[in-house]
Amino acid sequence: MASELQIRINDQLRKIQSAPDTPLLYVLTDELNLQGPRFGCGLGQCGSCSVLVNGVETRSCMTRVAAVDGKSVTTLEGLPAWYAAQKKLARTPNLHPVQQAMIDEQAVQCGYCFNGMIIKASELLSKNAQPSESQIRTAMNGHLCRCGTYPRVLKAIQNAAQAMKAVTK
Amino acid sequence: MTTRREFLQAGGALGGALVIGFNLGNELLAQDRGGAPARGATAGPPDARQVDTWLAVHADNSATVYIGFAELGQGNSTALLQIAADELDLEMSQIKTFRLDTNVTPNQGGTYSSASIARGGPQIRTAAAEARLALLQMASKNLGSSIEKLSVSKGVVSVIDTPGRSVTYGQLVGDKLFNIPFTGSAPVKSASAYKVVGSSVRRNDAPDKVRGTYIYMQHVRLPGMLHGRVVRPRGQGAYGSGAKVLSVDETSIRSIPEARVLRRGDFVGVVAPNEWDAVRAAQQLDVKWDRPATLPGNARLFEQMRAETTQDRVVSEKGDVAATFGTAPHVVSQTCRGPYQAHAPFGPNCAIADVRPDSATVICSTQDIYTLRTGLTRIVELPAEKIRVQYYEGSGTYGHSCHDDVAQAASILSQLAGKPVRLQFMRWDEMGYDNYGPAHIGEVRAAADADGRIVAYEYHGWQHNWSNVETSAQLTGTAPAERPGSAAQQVSPLNLGSMYDVANLKLVNHAIPSLKYLKGAWLRSPLDLSFSFASEQAVDELAHLLKMDPYAFRQRNIKDPRWLGVLDAVAKAASWTPRLAASGSSGAKIVTGRGIAVGTHLASYGGAVAEIEVNKETGRVVAKHLYGAIDAGLAVNPGNIENQISGQLVQTASRMFKEEVTFNTTNVTSLDWNGYPILRFEECPQVTAVVVQRMNERSSGAGEEVMAAAAAAIANAFFDATGVRMEEYPMTPPRVLASLGKAK
Repeated sequence: MASELQIRINDQLRKIQSAPDTPLLYVLTDELNLQGPRFGCGLGQCGSCSVLVNGVETRSCMTRVAAVDGKSVTTLEGLPAWYAAQKKLARTPNLHPVQQAMIDEQAVQCGYCFNGMIIKASELLSKNAQPSESQIRTAMNGHLCRCGTYPRVLKAIQNAAQAMKAVTK
Repeated sequence: MTTRREFLQAGGALGGALVIGFNLGNELLAQDRGGAPARGATAGPPDARQVDTWLAVHADNSATVYIGFAELGQGNSTALLQIAADELDLEMSQIKTFRLDTNVTPNQGGTYSSASIARGGPQIRTAAAEARLALLQMASKNLGSSIEKLSVSKGVVSVIDTPGRSVTYGQLVGDKLFNIPFTGSAPVKSASAYKVVGSSVRRNDAPDKVRGTYIYMQHVRLPGMLHGRVVRPRGQGAYGSGAKVLSVDETSIRSIPEARVLRRGDFVGVVAPNEWDAVRAAQQLDVKWDRPATLPGNARLFEQMRAETTQDRVVSEKGDVAATFGTAPHVVSQTCRGPYQAHAPFGPNCAIADVRPDSATVICSTQDIYTLRTGLTRIVELPAEKIRVQYYEGSGTYGHSCHDDVAQAASILSQLAGKPVRLQFMRWDEMGYDNYGPAHIGEVRAAADADGRIVAYEYHGWQHNWSNVETSAQLTGTAPAERPGSAAQQVSPLNLGSMYDVANLKLVNHAIPSLKYLKGAWLRSPLDLSFSFASEQAVDELAHLLKMDPYAFRQRNIKDPRWLGVLDAVAKAASWTPRLAASGSSGAKIVTGRGIAVGTHLASYGGAVAEIEVNKETGRVVAKHLYGAIDAGLAVNPGNIENQISGQLVQTASRMFKEEVTFNTTNVTSLDWNGYPILRFEECPQVTAVVVQRMNERSSGAGEEVMAAAAAAIANAFFDATGVRMEEYPMTPPRVLASLGKAK
């Protein structure tokens, strides 16, 4: 059943073929072949499938695709461009500062949760440029990591905030 | 590690063509143009006695190392390449590895027991040394110079003092086979010659993992495939009872016309071209199950375990334990209980199978491609050489989660459907049908003389064995069975008492019958957390009885310099100052404590210090700072081991404070992150990781070696804070309040 839905995904307008009640996650992974959002629980409990909808972190496994009709969806793949647009940068960087900080901190282990971690941290820093440690912990609390990378993720987010401050100046 | 070809196929920010699992055939055919059969053309394992099995040198002067260990997120692929790079005199940028494949990679055994570096490292090192020697011999002829007068840098062989005369590895071999035997006799470099071994090279997988271009198993697709889901009763029952289908009502999914029900015995699944249809159909399909009430439930678990008729075995015995306990002035005893815990990978396991009448390809995240292939011969009724198993990294697994079960299930669905099937387990499948880390009861006694020396130690452990038949196989008719005996499933001589200089020691294993309990298998640092929780609390209690600082007491009783090394390293990192445990106990609502412990999994040495906070009114315990030290011999990549230590400390906190599989008399009930909570960001401790580097010692494992120490350090910190010994974990608020109440 084809729908008439149109979504702006990573700054490109896309017509959606999937049925309107399909969870956004399956549209992103199966119809649009994106690799950022990924299945974790299907219950909105873990943050594996997170994307930004109009800049707000959203669990795509629990969001019907019809609910984002006409909205702008940013996935991990589109994060550098989203950041460049926000900061009015002349060029899209290779990586969002949060992504770069995750590499610099060598925070990754299996890395499967890092889609959600990076999406959520990017949302946080877009709203609160210099969050306290406690604010970071609270914002990130809905994102689970089974490998136990939280301490390095925390450090990376703090470092990213510093790096972004330098960009603003 | 993602190959360049895959990276190109993965596309840009708007994902064009996604990965197809079968690109590697072409990539391999591009190599080996020497007339020999193309790599990957026939079923493996390739001959481990040939150098070509282990590595290939390409025309562009780069090399590929064929490693038989899976990258599970622990970073072993980077570290193994460091070893090969040093031995071959290549830069890290000139060397890559290849994903596991039963047609391509050697059989080095499964990726468990933290064996990648310990067991795989020496193999890779000697194979690379053998290749280097062969390359030098070729260069010697080519350059007309003796080997002694040659030097190598970045794969360029030069005549010493004659800079113009050089030849590259690529020019010498250039994608052709070496065709030389792997004798293991080529000299390897000494530690003093290492350039990248021992340094914290950055992981090769991190950039793709943060960018979204890393191809996890869950991303792999095959042309023409269907999406599958299994249909099982929610939550497993007793392993020996299984689940029996009473009826399947196919009309219940009539509203999803594209979905099909597939069944073999009690194995039920659905497939559909569209993933969401498969998800909905699996949930909507009306299946009636027979589920006998044969489990003890959490409430009666330990009581039933302790009352079982057991198979007993003295695992270790020396001196005269009974007589020494009879005369020693200081004796302590402790009984502790540890729960079933789940692997609970963050992303449930996934597999794709393409089973045809005459051959099968199975792509999955197994820890052991060759053992899985053997198991699949019975599932799909094809000989091993007709089955190809390929590995893609999934979400971290921490042991034997459902990766083999999902591969078997995908194979069954594909065979029944006659098409490739991608099967993604749902959260409740993974949580409900895991091979859990078994529950354990430990009874420990320890005695010391008047000088504070441990003179006797005795440990009795109760638990069941690991299971040997996956759920899919069981549902299609294979009888459940225990694994044949192995040291890791019983009380561990490595982790119980042996780190101390004790003349009289006895360890007894009491095996309870597996089939009456939950399906079990190795969960990261198997049973070690439970062992140490009991054992190191008893040792700590002895120190307390003797009015000694717990660190000083351990120092007095350890002779082995490497155990002392990690103990001292972690105490130093934590700025430990001597004090009698629980001497600062107060009536305050929130109290703090610190604890210290040592422990291991296998051949490495671990030490830990915990600083915790206990709210005596709510029963909430939080770790504020955990310190962990590991001596794993030669640390090939110390930075990576620091990351492993950090992860182990956080995961240990999660397992000590939060994690417990719950079940009633019919089935497991902890089926998602609400039912099986793990540690979250707000409760995450600060961590300090210490690597004790031993450049001249053989490398041993580092992926699970500090968890036992950390678990016990937390328990000892609880005693320091409250003056109460916890007898059971996880240390949840109700359990903590009960313990504090009991102590009053």
